[in-house]
Amino acid sequence: MSGAVIVAGYALRESVRRRVFVVVLLLTLLFLGLFAFATAKVFERSGSFTTGRNIGTLDTTGLVAATMLGLGMFAILFLATVLAVFLTLGAVRGDAERGLLQPLVVRPLGRTSLLLGRFAAAAAVCVAYVLAVYAATTLIVHQASGRWPDTVAGPGLALAAGSVVIVALALLGSVFLSATANGIVIFMLFGAGLVAGLMQSIADAIGSPSLGQIAHVVAIALPFEALYQAGLHALTADQSGFTGALIQLGPFGSSHAGGPLLELWTAAYVGLAGVVSAWGFARRDL
Amino acid sequence: MPPALSVTALRKDYGRTPALGGVDLEVEAGELVGLLGPNGAGKSTLVKIACGLVRASGGRAEVCGAPAGSRDARRALGYLAELFRFPGWARAEEVLFLHQRLAGSDGGAAERTALLEQVDLLHARERRVEAMSKGMQQRLGIAQALVGDPRLLLLDEPTSALDPVGRRMVRELLERLRERGVAVLLNSHLLSEVELVCDRVAILADGQVVAAGRPGDLVHAGGVEVETAGGVRRFAQATREQVPELVAALVRDGERIYGVRLLTSTLEEAYLDAVGERQEGAA
Repeated sequence: MSGAVIVAGYALRESVRRRVFVVVLLLTLLFLGLFAFATAKVFERSGSFTTGRNIGTLDTTGLVAATMLGLGMFAILFLATVLAVFLTLGAVRGDAERGLLQPLVVRPLGRTSLLLGRFAAAAAVCVAYVLAVYAATTLIVHQASGRWPDTVAGPGLALAAGSVVIVALALLGSVFLSATANGIVIFMLFGAGLVAGLMQSIADAIGSPSLGQIAHVVAIALPFEALYQAGLHALTADQSGFTGALIQLGPFGSSHAGGPLLELWTAAYVGLAGVVSAWGFARRDL
Repeated sequence: MPPALSVTALRKDYGRTPALGGVDLEVEAGELVGLLGPNGAGKSTLVKIACGLVRASGGRAEVCGAPAGSRDARRALGYLAELFRFPGWARAEEVLFLHQRLAGSDGGAAERTALLEQVDLLHARERRVEAMSKGMQQRLGIAQALVGDPRLLLLDEPTSALDPVGRRMVRELLERLRERGVAVLLNSHLLSEVELVCDRVAILADGQVVAAGRPGDLVHAGGVEVETAGGVRRFAQATREQVPELVAALVRDGERIYGVRLLTSTLEEAYLDAVGERQEGAA
């Protein structure tokens, strides 16, 4: 375990020294600035939103706040995916091809510890990043609307768990694929997850069980998507009536709650990805 | 006490391509063994199996009595890869510090200073790797391999990027390590260097040892050269024992003798003979 801690420290130092964090911080500040500006503008005009007489009462502020937070969640998941991928995409094959890995692997720490260290460092960075940016977007929306999400911590934690899943997948890919191929695969999977989420919304809107089933299977196969959906749902878990339906059927809402099964599946999924990564790495000639 | 490196009937196949076809080799403590052979002979594969980077397809490799690749084996060795890189952002001191931690060395700053001094990099201890020349990086690689005082040192082309002064420094360092009882397996294309420093040599071709022994044993007599007033005369079949009669006969014939030189083949010639015979046999 101490070997893994040393490698994690080394990976974090590498990120700091290569100015990864500085670039991420600057770009994130830019994103948050734009998000704050857009949120303020949207709430300036949301008072003029109206509905037809026979639809029912619309909580305009709640709808706009949930939509902006959902948009923020989407952006955070995307940024966290970029971060996770770039922290891990060349961790094994990429580093071996560059000759960076061999001097480390011959040391007594062991290959599994090396993987564990890389995973821990990338996961820690992604979790901290997701929670910090989620807190910032929540504060921005609260500042503009006076509303908090129905569950404050839940959506952030779900997104953070989603980013850990992406780290585990990218690390697994790095054992078997070159850095470029791994990056492409992970972004393709990310896209597939998003498509599954949209399919789910469409299935719910048109009442198509088969389409919903397909989307559900994809979301389970790529649990970061299921976690993202669960996070979106938790934002407005207590919202009901016409406003709740409108949010849940929209692109930045979800009718699918998480739960203990999803949490268990996520833990098992990450564990399985770790086992397969360690198995593949142990058999790889360097 | 087990040998520092013991390799028995070692085989490695990359898919259907055989890289090692049953190699036997031993390196004792305090012994410096040179590994020679043409490109693709299996030298790097042998070294990589010894340090656990590559899995053998058959046979046995042990480092100080422990199976190659095991934690105990890795604890006993230092390794410099042919193609290696340290992170460009790290300083020389940091590279060594990281490897000290990974190797479990408690040598601290004193060990780092001593290692940098041995490879003549003390002045560059705060320099980033990306600001170092290739030769400096290779010297840092050698210092890294020595972290934790290994009992077996596996060096894969350690002087390929070094100038003559750097090569001499490495030779002297290897001699000091031998005096301390460290076993060294030196994989190199520089035959003259191997001849100068190694106790024994193993020549690999097509994944098999085709010649092995002391450099002096591998070379063979090449006749006698006699410098006379009429020019240099060469007696290709003459041996050392025949020199007195040869000189006497020349003097009897009225020749004036200015010098006599025994001719022996170089390691390079022995290498080319061994590898050439193999290639002719294969053809």
